[in-house]
Amino acid sequence: MSVAESTRAVVLDPAGYQFPENQRRLIRWTLYIGYFALAAGVAHGFAQGLSYANIDVLRYFPGLRDYYQGLTAHGVANALFFTFTFSNAFLPLLTARALGRPMITGFLHATLWTLVAANITVIWAVTTGRATVLFTAYAPLQAHWAYYLGLVLLVVSTYIASAHLYVMLARWRKEHPGERIPLLAFISVISYVMWDLASVGIAVSFIGFLLPWSLGILERTDPLLNRTLFWFTGHAIVYAWLLPAYISWYALVPRQTNGKLVSDPLTRVVFIMFLLLSIPTGFHHQYTDPGISTNLKMFHAVLTFGVFYPSLATAFSVVAAMEIGGRRNGGGGLLGWIRKLRWDDPSFTAQVLAMITFVLGGITGLINASYLVNQIVHNTAWIPGHFHMTVGSAVALTLMGVAYWIIPYLTDRKLWGRKFAVAQSWIYTIGVLIMARGLISGGLEGMPRRTFRVAANYGRDSWELAGALTGIGGTLMTVGAVMFFIVIVMTIVAGKKGEGPKDIPFAETLIPASRDGWDAKLDRLRLWTIAAVVLVLIAYAPFFITYLPARLISPGYNFF
Amino acid sequence: MRVHQYEKAFLWLGAIMLVAFMIALLVTSVAMGIHLPGRAGEVDPLSINSIEPFNNPGVREVGPGRYEVVLLGSAWSWNPSEIRVPAGSEVTFLAASTDVIHGLHIDRTRVNMMLIPGQISRNTYRFERPGEHLLICHEYCGAGHHLMSGKVIVE
Ligand code: HEM
Ligand SMILES: [Cu+2]
Ligand SMILES: [Cu+2]
Repeated sequence: MSVAESTRAVVLDPAGYQFPENQRRLIRWTLYIGYFALAAGVAHGFAQGLSYANIDVLRYFPGLRDYYQGLTAHGVANALFFTFTFSNAFLPLLTARALGRPMITGFLHATLWTLVAANITVIWAVTTGRATVLFTAYAPLQAHWAYYLGLVLLVVSTYIASAHLYVMLARWRKEHPGERIPLLAFISVISYVMWDLASVGIAVSFIGFLLPWSLGILERTDPLLNRTLFWFTGHAIVYAWLLPAYISWYALVPRQTNGKLVSDPLTRVVFIMFLLLSIPTGFHHQYTDPGISTNLKMFHAVLTFGVFYPSLATAFSVVAAMEIGGRRNGGGGLLGWIRKLRWDDPSFTAQVLAMITFVLGGITGLINASYLVNQIVHNTAWIPGHFHMTVGSAVALTLMGVAYWIIPYLTDRKLWGRKFAVAQSWIYTIGVLIMARGLISGGLEGMPRRTFRVAANYGRDSWELAGALTGIGGTLMTVGAVMFFIVIVMTIVAGKKGEGPKDIPFAETLIPASRDGWDAKLDRLRLWTIAAVVLVLIAYAPFFITYLPARLISPGYNFF
Repeated sequence: MRVHQYEKAFLWLGAIMLVAFMIALLVTSVAMGIHLPGRAGEVDPLSINSIEPFNNPGVREVGPGRYEVVLLGSAWSWNPSEIRVPAGSEVTFLAASTDVIHGLHIDRTRVNMMLIPGQISRNTYRFERPGEHLLICHEYCGAGHHLMSGKVIVE
């Protein structure tokens, strides 16, 4: 293959690269920790769905004290551990493959063992009932220090994985001066650059306030400041969950259906926009908070509409890539290509269904962001209705779809139960759509989120149907999730040895990266990072300047 | 940078759509005078029971057809837990928490605000039609969170 052709792939060397077995094992075990977290989280998701249908199954959960302990586990395990554990494994693997070099084994060990320590600490705090404060950890509800420490360790594991990416990229750049960074490496690295910057908020809140406060070193804390620091990170965190899924949609899925990624430069622009705009939007989670000026809220609303833009661009790009594939597979007419996509491939099917639910997730997100409209939906059941169509399916289902090739790839075993796995993603998708329909309609009728409905001393007739749909959809999702675990476990123990894929499914681009001109400047990661910092300062300085110093007014409360 | 013409058209349409949404949103808020809660003062949560006006929670008529409700949220009850106002009145809520974060939501209205210890939450709403609304705490505030409710009765 000539050089000119090889630059069309999203990786440096399309001819192939094999990772040593010890590195594959470390990546595998990191991923297993994530699936373990997902299993723990999903178990209580089932009970939550049924609780909204007025059915109490909690008493069959041995050792569980109450609904909110389970809800804490659900949020932490699914949204924090499952997602970041996956990224910690996926991004180094993709970056190394894109650059055509091995990973650094020391970093893989450090990431894995920090994750193990984080898991043990958090699991202990949550299961012993010392941390029933939900994953948002709003002060002044006070958890045991082990809970805050465990979450800090989780963040540290992402820093180790980031350092791993940066070192690999720096070494590669030294050896390849003046060359364009392979697309897959660029978008993988920039995703964690964004997260590293975003995580400053919770790092300051947890290390500067919550940890010393729970240890008794700091007597009181500042609830509004802690909450604001949480949401400084809290909007961008959803993009930290989403970007690994986008990486797969852009750079891998086209290959899985015989298509091509449309534009290398536009893809870079999209990820740069996420770096710039993910963070200075956090006040859209605090529209209904006191103590924050409405002008600032309005400013963040405008920027939030801005960060919707790269997702809109993504919609075009990923559909176009698939259309190319469908037509190459022989599909004709306006929509005939859709039937010619690889619907028999569970990895592809799961990810396309994830994209479809994400359309609804995106639209409901835009509604949440719409300033005054937020007063109708804030903290109602609408919100979990919305985010199960984003993180709960667009992300979760994509990560399941990725599992369907990455586990065979890492174990060199054939995927077990292909048809069963295809059915899995349909069942999960139908479940999530029914559950979201229930939660969303209930939310519009005032049904609150984060509430043990079975035992609530209030209610409305209009919540009955909404709650029932939540229960039915949640049950289907649980069935889908259990089927996923069956496929993974069976692949690991019974998949045919030696029949796994030999390489990752990387795509080729229609419009490649050019070596010179304007386009080459897109690779200047340092410049984009500085620009992102400046934007964050503009968006957050007005609050901190007018608010600080911290008001240390609240002692810890243990109401659980 | 080369961009496919369909993609270019899509990106332009998307941009126009988002700008249109944004304008609609600014117009409703600025021109129609509907507001989110903002900065409305601070109050120490530990001595709140002796600070005006929170030392005297309840409903007060402050003018013809205008009411003020001083509302305290504590784990796990509202004070007062029943609010009565005549239909057509404009009600300003002044609310605060005495302990942890709570969420104040009156269902089927846009009275929806967080109570954060140390801060005063304020918003105004006109209750047009007679009827009964739920007054719900919609932020997790401990084991009895789902018991923290009250009523707003519009007569
Ligand atoms: C079987 C699958 C699942 C079911 C049945 C389910 C069900 C639910 C329900 C009913 C709620 C609302 C609980 C409440 O507000 O009281 C909820 C909350 C939540 N779910 Fe799920 N879920 C599932 C999977 C997931 C996945 C895969 C994720 C993310 C990757 C996720 C993330 C969350 C988060 C972050 C919350 C909010 C927790 C909080 O309010 O603190 N869920 N889930
Ligand atoms: Cu957000
Ligand atoms: Cu509450």
